This record gives sequence, structure tokens and C-alpha cells, in this order.
Amino acid sequence: MAKNFGLGPVASLLVQRIGIGFLLILAISALLFIGVEMLPGDFARNYLGQSATPEAVANIRKELGLDQPIITRYLGWLGGVLTGDFGQSWANKASVGDQLFKRLSNTLFLATVAAVFAVPISVGLGMVAVFFRNKLPDHVINILSLAAISMPEFFIGYLFIFFFALLLGIGDGPPIIPGSPTWSLGNVGLVALPAATLVVVVLAHMMRMTRAAILNIMDSAYIETAELKGVNMMTVIRKHAAPNAISPIINVVALNLAYLVVGVVVVEVIFAYPGMGQYFVDAVRVRDMPVVQACGMVFAGVYIVLNMLADVGSIMANPRLMHPK
Amino acid sequence: MSLFVFGYFTLLIAGSSAAAYYKRSEAFGVLFTVTLASMLFGILWGQVAFWTVGIIFASLAAAAGLGYCFRAYMVMLLPEQASRFMKSAPLTASFGLLVIIITLLFAIFAEQIAPFGERQIVGDVWEPATAEFLLGTDNLGRDMFSRLIYGAQTTIAVALAAGILSFSIGMFLSFTAAVVGGWVDQVLSRINDLMLAIPTLIFALVVLAALPQNIFVLVAVMAVIDQTRVFRLGRALAIDIVVQDYVEAARLRGEGWFWIIFREILPNVLTPLIAEFGLRFAFAILFLSSLSFLGLGIQPPEADWGGMVKDNKDGIIFLVPAALYPGAAIAILAVCVNMVVDWLLNRTASLKGGRG
Repeated sequence: MAKNFGLGPVASLLVQRIGIGFLLILAISALLFIGVEMLPGDFARNYLGQSATPEAVANIRKELGLDQPIITRYLGWLGGVLTGDFGQSWANKASVGDQLFKRLSNTLFLATVAAVFAVPISVGLGMVAVFFRNKLPDHVINILSLAAISMPEFFIGYLFIFFFALLLGIGDGPPIIPGSPTWSLGNVGLVALPAATLVVVVLAHMMRMTRAAILNIMDSAYIETAELKGVNMMTVIRKHAAPNAISPIINVVALNLAYLVVGVVVVEVIFAYPGMGQYFVDAVRVRDMPVVQACGMVFAGVYIVLNMLADVGSIMANPRLMHPK
Repeated sequence: MSLFVFGYFTLLIAGSSAAAYYKRSEAFGVLFTVTLASMLFGILWGQVAFWTVGIIFASLAAAAGLGYCFRAYMVMLLPEQASRFMKSAPLTASFGLLVIIITLLFAIFAEQIAPFGERQIVGDVWEPATAEFLLGTDNLGRDMFSRLIYGAQTTIAVALAAGILSFSIGMFLSFTAAVVGGWVDQVLSRINDLMLAIPTLIFALVVLAALPQNIFVLVAVMAVIDQTRVFRLGRALAIDIVVQDYVEAARLRGEGWFWIIFREILPNVLTPLIAEFGLRFAFAILFLSSLSFLGLGIQPPEADWGGMVKDNKDGIIFLVPAALYPGAAIAILAVCVNMVVDWLLNRTASLKGGRG
């Protein structure tokens, strides 16, 4: 355990976790930048293709600032990132930041709609599975979730498009372009199918993890003690199980939200949705490195921050840490 | 009320009653739920609903039957020890095993089984299914069924290569970390933590953007990203064993860490590792397919399942289901691998008192 610096145990744990999170983000920014630079595959040469004379390559490198030492460029880039300036796209010279924030908003909207449905359904189903442990509903939920985990996102997506959008006329197929402003109720119906695809993708994971977390608690000795001394089941759940279950459930939810933000990449490509995932994949295809680095940084950042929140949330909700001896 | 509807309900109700009479509560639960649900769906959507439920039910029953027969067959054919092992397989696992074996055979003997060539253009674009073209033709007029078989070959070969490579790297590094300990363990574990903190797909996309596109790079990238998961498990398992007395004895005997890894640790963690390998393989199939679907995996004209979905996705709008077949193939194979893994994991859990 780190030194306390005069803080309580919870506060010092939190400070430690948040510090680790920021260190991770910094490390990843360095990895993204320097790693990508060190790898073979020179953009200037790719960009020029057949007409790559040494002078033309040198010109392009100068124009893109590739001739400066790597540390200078990294620090410059990092400074830009911190102020929201991600540089210029190599492919079309547009500002990466402008595109990124517009698309990030679209992506977060889609992810939020999916999360609003996925979280209550999966936590609820996880509890149902525990309640009917080793009985029929548990087996059915188990097999269905196994199937959902094994299905690739694009199969679920095209299945939905084929049956719902085309055969039954429910929901919209690709391309899905949200009207402005993005964050409006009218767009919720528009993104129904991509959101449903995302829900299926995370639902199974979240449900299985919720089930495991609650079972873990129900198996512990103090629950058995409470049952044996004749406390009725509802009281056991309310007073003994629930306070201890909140922490792992918060953890599960935050972890899966992180997973959802990444799952968005494939779903956006399926539904031709103008979000960050689509932007990212297009940039990877043409090797537009500033865009790739920016998107990679934002995705990794959101992922790490959500993971950090998972840690922080579960620490805050843990009764054993909140009431130290 | 047509004869079909009448027969449908008679069968279901008779089935539920029989199940209830013989006190098979699970079967009864399933049958009677289906009966009640059919009544509701029947009112809402008419006979189509009965056909849908009927077809789903029949295919599930067929799968269960096949799984049952295959298990009995294997128990009969295999030698003593293996047959006892096979007996413990639930129906899902034995059906999964059967499908995996069939897929592997298709992949290995693709050239002999496929009626047409991988790149041979045999008809019009997106022809419907006929006796000649079992699943119709694709976006360039190639036979979908043949390409599905060749796709199995490519997808499984690449996923298997990536799985084996990631497994070897992960095992080697994690056992080394556990046995050598000290700063080696610290460095390896921290690097691993860092890599685990980056989402896999994002990691792969960034790296693939910078590296040249070929199959070796693809396998290497998948393996390096996936070995982090193997490392985490391997280290956790090995750390438990390294502190055992027999490892201590081996150390005092003067054995090197190479011996300790292969002779002391490996035999003791084999079962959970086999299950983990199955999981990694299923993950590799899904991951490879996702990359190919995004156009960054295996490059055309090579047939692979994810890429075939990408090639045929525009047909969906014209109600051509060509893109759904390879998607279904991926899903079925991954479900089957997962069902087998589930069985193996449950076995290790029950052998090791909940750990594994």
C-alpha cells in the first residue's frame, strides 16, 4: 500500500487509482506515437507510390514535419492533444480535431442509447439467473448468452437489417445519418437497430459477469450464517447481500461500458454511421497517421477512464473500505 | 383451423403432459412454455409463427439427437480412458465437438469437397440458391458454397496459427516470469498490464495501419495482442505451483528453470490451459473475421469468412442473404468451440474445487 499522505484509506486508494489511470494514458500516448513512428512503412513513400523520387519524398517529409527529431514531434503532438488540437489529416489537410469532436458526439450518443437499455436488462437477467440457479431459466439464459458471445457483431447487425429493417419494416438500415442536433429524442428511433446490435453484444457479457458476481456473494459464509439463523430470504438479500453486491455490479457495468465504446467501431461500419469508429477505420485503410493516432488516443483514453471509474466506483461502494475498523 | 395447426398443438400438449407425468420438470418447462408462447404468437402473426417455432424446435431437437448419438458412438469407439472422459460430456459439448470435427474435415479436404474453384466465376452476380449452386453465387458470380469451404480453410488456418503462436509466447513469458521472479517478473507484468489497458481492436487497427499488409504480419499482430490474456492466466496458475514443495525440491536438486517450466509446471496446468486454448481459438476466429470485415485482415481474392461478409454486404439491401451465410458459419463454429470449452472448464472447476 502506498503512503497515506494524511488521507483516509479510501481517499488514498482513490488517488492511487486515478494516478495510475493518468500514467497509463500518458504511457499509451507515447506508445501510440513512438511505436507508430518506429514501425516500417513510410507514409511519404506510400503516398507517392510509383513517383517516389528521393527529392519528392524529402519534400513530403518536410511538409508533414517528418524530418524533425521524434522527441520534438512527440512533445509537440502531446501539447496539441492536451489543448484539443490533433493536427492535420495527411489525406485531406483538414483539422483532425474538428472532425473528431463532431463524430465523437455521434458515437457517444449511440453508445449511450445502447447502454440505457443494456445495463438494466443485463443486471436484471443476471439476477433472474441467480434466483433460478441451476434451474431451467438459468440454463436457457446461459445457453443464449453463450450464443450471443460467440456471434460476431456484423452477423448480428446484418441479421437485424435483413429481418427487421427489410422484411418487417421495423427500424432503419444503413446508411444511418443522425439529424442535428445529435442528442435529441428523434434520433433515438433512428439508431434503434445499431443500438440493438450493441445491446446484444454487451448484454451477454454483462449478464454473465453480474451472475458470477452475485453468485460469489451468495456463496459466502455470512449469507449462509444469516440463512441458518432463520432470517427470511428477503431480509438476507436486503441487509446482507445487496450492500456487498453493489460494488461488483458497478465494476461490471463500467467494464462493459468500456467494452461497448470499442464495440461501436464495427457496428458503425455495418450501419455506415458517421461516428468515430468509421472515421478510424477509414483512416487506417489509407494510413492517415494523424487521424489514426488521434482516434486511437481517444478510444484508449475513454476505455481507460471507464476502467478507472470501474475501480473508483467499486472502491466507493465497498462497505468494508467505507467503514474501516 | 388447419390440420397443421391442430397437429402442432396436439403434439406440444401431449409432449408437455408426458413430461409432467414422468416428472421431467425441465422438459415440461420447455414444452409448456413453447405451447403458451405459440398461442400468443399464433394470434399475433398467424401460421408463420408456428412454422418458425417448429423449425427452431426441430433443429434444436436434431442437434441434441446428433450430439447424443455422437457421444454414444465415441464412447463405443474410443479406448477405455478416453471413453470415460467422453461420457462426461453434456449434449451441447458433444454436438460442438462433432461440428468442429466436420468443419475441420471440410477445411482440410476443401479442394476435394468444393464443387467449384475458389476464384472461379461460374454464374451471374447473386444468383439464388439452386441444386447446382447450393447457396447461390456471390458478388462476382463465384459459387458461395465452394467459397464457404475454402473460407473455412483460410479462416481456421490463420486463427489456429495465431492461437498457437499467442499461446506459445504467452505461456513461455508467463512461466518465465513466475519461475525467475524478481525484476524479470516485474518488467514482464508491467508491460503486460500496459498492453491489457489498450482495447484489442483499437490496438490491432493502429498497428495494422503502420505495418505492411500481409498474412504473416496479421498472424503476428493477432498473436502479440492475444498473448497478454494467456500471460495473465499462465502467470496466475504458475505462481500457485512455483511455491509447492516439489518445485522447491527440484530447485534444490539444481534443476534449471527450463526443467522447472516443462517438467514441473506444465503437466500440472495442462487442463485449464487446453480450455484456455479453445477460448483463444474462438476469440481468434472472431477477431480475424472482424478485421477482415473491416477490410484490414485477409486480402481478396482469398476467401475468408469475415471478408466474404464484407464482399456481399451490399446484397443485403436487395434481400440477397449471401452475406449471412459466412456470418452464420463464424457464429456456429464459435458457439461450438465455446460449448466444448465450457465443458472442459466445468470439469477443471469440479476437479480443482472451484479454481481453474
